[in-house]
Amino acid sequence: MENKSKGFNIPERKTDSVMDLVFEKSVPGRRGFRGPAPDVEGECSLPQEYCRQTALPFPEVTELDCLRHFTGLSRKNFSVDTHFYPLGSCTMKYNPRFTEDCAKHPGFSQLHPLLPQLRQGEQYSQGALQVLFDMDRLLSEITGMDAFTLQPLAGAHGELTGVMLIAAYHRAKGNDKKIILIPDSAHGTNPASATIAGYETVSIPTDDKGEMDMEILEKNINKDVAAVMLTCPNTLGLFNPGIDRIAGLVHAVDGLMYYDGANLNALLGRCRPGDLGFDVVHVNLHKTFSTPHGGGGPGAGPVGVKKALVPFLPVSRVIQTKDGTFALDYDAPESIGYIASFYGNFGVIVKAYAYILLLGRRGLMETSDHAVVNANYMLSRLKDVLPPAFDRACMHECVLTAKTLLARDVHALDLAKYLIDRGFHPPTVYFPLIVKEAMMFEPTECESKEEMDRFIQALRDGVGLSASNPQVLKECPFTMPISRPDEVRAARDLNANFFQSCV
Amino acid sequence: MEVMEHYHYTKEHEWVYLEDTIATVGITEYAQSSMGEVTFVELPAVNAEVEQFEQFASVESVKAASDIYCPMSGTVVEVNTELEEDPELLNKDCYEAGWIAKIEISSPEELSKLMTAEEYENYLESIG
Amino acid sequence: MNPYIANTADDMRAMLQSIGVRSVDDLFSDIKEEFRPRSFNLPEGRSEQEVVSELDRLARKNAYALKLFIGGGYYDHYIPAAVTALMSRGEFLTAYTPYQPECSQGTLQALYEFQSLICALTRMEIANASLYDGGTALYEAMMMAVRITGKKRVVLDGGVSPIYRKIIRSYTNNLDIALVETPVVHGQAHRPDIKALLNNGTAAVILQNPNFFGAVDDFSDIVAMAGSLGVLTIASVYPASLGLLKPPGDMGVDIVTGEGQSLGLPLHFGGPYLGFMATSKKYMRKMPGRIVGQTVDRQGRRCFVNTLQAREQHIRREKATSNICTNEALCAIQAAVFMSLLGPEGMKEWACLNFSKAEFARKVLEQIPGVEVKRSAPTFNEFTVCLPKDAQDVVEAMIQKGFAAGFPLGRYYPGMDRYMIVAVTEKRTRQDILQYAQALREVLGA
Repeated sequence: MENKSKGFNIPERKTDSVMDLVFEKSVPGRRGFRGPAPDVEGECSLPQEYCRQTALPFPEVTELDCLRHFTGLSRKNFSVDTHFYPLGSCTMKYNPRFTEDCAKHPGFSQLHPLLPQLRQGEQYSQGALQVLFDMDRLLSEITGMDAFTLQPLAGAHGELTGVMLIAAYHRAKGNDKKIILIPDSAHGTNPASATIAGYETVSIPTDDKGEMDMEILEKNINKDVAAVMLTCPNTLGLFNPGIDRIAGLVHAVDGLMYYDGANLNALLGRCRPGDLGFDVVHVNLHKTFSTPHGGGGPGAGPVGVKKALVPFLPVSRVIQTKDGTFALDYDAPESIGYIASFYGNFGVIVKAYAYILLLGRRGLMETSDHAVVNANYMLSRLKDVLPPAFDRACMHECVLTAKTLLARDVHALDLAKYLIDRGFHPPTVYFPLIVKEAMMFEPTECESKEEMDRFIQALRDGVGLSASNPQVLKECPFTMPISRPDEVRAARDLNANFFQSCV
Repeated sequence: MEVMEHYHYTKEHEWVYLEDTIATVGITEYAQSSMGEVTFVELPAVNAEVEQFEQFASVESVKAASDIYCPMSGTVVEVNTELEEDPELLNKDCYEAGWIAKIEISSPEELSKLMTAEEYENYLESIG
Repeated sequence: MNPYIANTADDMRAMLQSIGVRSVDDLFSDIKEEFRPRSFNLPEGRSEQEVVSELDRLARKNAYALKLFIGGGYYDHYIPAAVTALMSRGEFLTAYTPYQPECSQGTLQALYEFQSLICALTRMEIANASLYDGGTALYEAMMMAVRITGKKRVVLDGGVSPIYRKIIRSYTNNLDIALVETPVVHGQAHRPDIKALLNNGTAAVILQNPNFFGAVDDFSDIVAMAGSLGVLTIASVYPASLGLLKPPGDMGVDIVTGEGQSLGLPLHFGGPYLGFMATSKKYMRKMPGRIVGQTVDRQGRRCFVNTLQAREQHIRREKATSNICTNEALCAIQAAVFMSLLGPEGMKEWACLNFSKAEFARKVLEQIPGVEVKRSAPTFNEFTVCLPKDAQDVVEAMIQKGFAAGFPLGRYYPGMDRYMIVAVTEKRTRQDILQYAQALREVLGA
């Protein structure tokens, strides 16, 4: 496709198709690593009854075999480094490389987490503790909260922590509350987190403007309501101008407002959840603050709270003592306790910290401005071929629907697969669940107009094909090593372990 | 959508076919077609006591999971173990070979809370 | 403009025109005046060079050059350079959850290989594609056992990491789950107590091997008794030990979890780490976290997809097996690279090296007057030492000599103020060990 436009025909690049598993490359006698020879006396003399009796069926490959294998695998991925990746709700922005270097510094990467738990041990990790302390202050200022815990290891983990804080707050006040209200547009993690923390959830429908239905919300507000969990802007990419009214209703029954920070990239410097009336927030460092997503983690989901909830934050907390040094404070009788083994995904936190320091106040504000303009630009150039779920200005992402193509038996998924052939990672499809044939685009601030124009053209071509040659869309992608895996078979005849499948 | 004449139905698209005190239970054509290809059926335990409209089984496809509510109260006396090996039966033949469980019912009068075939057809039309 | 923003003022003008608004502010009109930030008092931006040097300054304030004899579940192991090199590849690093399998086969196949390697290591039938860390993985395993059995009572051995036990306590605080802890006796799981507490109202018994004191155990007898009562056995394990130790699958354990940090991940002051979980196939639908499965594509080519997704939050929402979404995929791939490089021989040699160095260290320390090595069971690469004085004081003095000498137990086990656990990995040379012993003699005045 691209090749032909250059005026000559290069044979279509054949991606080497299916790759052998590392186990299938194994040759007895090869090895990929040699450790030091024993420099101490004594045999490996553990009594037999405690020892492994079976051979370990690990692959036997050289270091080069291993390098080629995993390098080969990596090349089968689309990634931000290689492709425009407008996966809505995931904020796939560029991940600056210098932050990797900062995190890899041996002063951070070789630091044992139990050191500060020794007596006077904090003196051995002052630099690391300062990163945590500063990050607490920075995130508090960015979101308008009073204090943060950096321990949650992912966004969903932040949600669970946040709901546990809400439960602790109500328990301390003697409030007997059972219910958390969640809009039907919410990420699935919201109801799952609330349930796991012991609450019942009630789903509040979305009105015809794409906002939480106020009438139904009011009907569901009562003394049993512990909290409302909201993403803002919501998963439709819309900012609810009535957010203060929702906060007022919830606070009137001593309920709390929970802010899911998945979409914070829209709001930096424009408004702060704390000022909007939110009591608990989590932010996804891997989204807004640009730490790499790693194919699905590691992320980080710090949680910020207003003053009334500070006593319940997980232990430990980093404090600054009178002499200016940093210390870990475990003295918090009302704390919800330990929610992770240590102080959070520290390596991820360092990267986000470096990113915030580099951007500074102005840089963060530019980030949201550009993210929002880019999303609206895509919306403006696509809405004549794919109608928006709600026709109004969006924030940092826009949700369109491909339902108009159903008459030709073309689905959002088919367009997504076509985009892969055109060299783009598809947008999020079929989310939010309340929009039929949803396609959710989040270009982020990092993409140029030219790149978005190429993407827009590709998508418009796809919609065009749905009229002229719908069958070809059903067969996409053509250029990938594989096409349309049989997911039903994967679930019915589960094979998740090479060694089981050989039995 | 195919609807079986002598069966009774719930709003959640389960069916029940009553012979004396034994109620055979399954999901309707509408339910199976909206699920897509079924990948797994979680069957109730034999001898379990179930209440009318209580969740007692579930059905999974690749992109969905759906709870199945028991149309009538009683004791589970038999389950369709073929579904464990071949969940596809639910898609192929939801009214016969794809039955889910048989219940020894305890309250025959509960039948009046269910829809007849004709009422269910109207119901299907009303929900589009 | 900051270096991560693409569009120029001209681009912006063109885009605003296409959108049909006059200014950027128009796009934010839903954010009313009264919603504007009450403050946004952040430092001004800096150059990359300046930030790198600031972070370098902070990093150097940390005592990262100590010789680490401290473990407690987190160990100073050597990481082959190839592991780090592969993990820097942008295609792994900057991708996301493999929602579109056609353009994510790299991540998917690597995770399938990770799952298979974990199964082989633990001798279990199925593993997931990772959880956050060893502690939260153990909590997830407990919740899984509660779901499987429908029971709400859990027996927790005191030899399980005190950090993990605290995590489990926090999460169950708001739930109707009864936790019963059994004390450790002579550093070992106390059989009579544990067995007396098992009954048919119990969901699970949670154990750890080697335990926090370093003791190696074979839980087969507990598993058998638990199984006869319908109680599931959960074991948290240390993957570095499994090239040598009897794997939990061979003991009949129902759910295995562990901290994967030792498999090629740096200590990194507590994270990112790697939780893993493996179980029997019959429990796979109750397992939390992503699972990658093999299938074929339209043309019958082997490929990999996220599967059994109907368990997960994005489909089942409030009824999901867990709220977990993003996990630690990159760390899992890192561990897969590490295990593939070491291979069967490498894993065994590695484990043996840890074992024999720790044995050597134990014998050397036993020679020091007043130092008593507490050992009623074999240990792997960590063991418990009783000192003639407060362990905190000793560790503090040892740091001045360049050694993180161990972890004092008094912090988590009241009354054990004179005890510490000492870890010896393959990175500690004979000379390190002898110098450590000499320093300890000096500190103790022995």
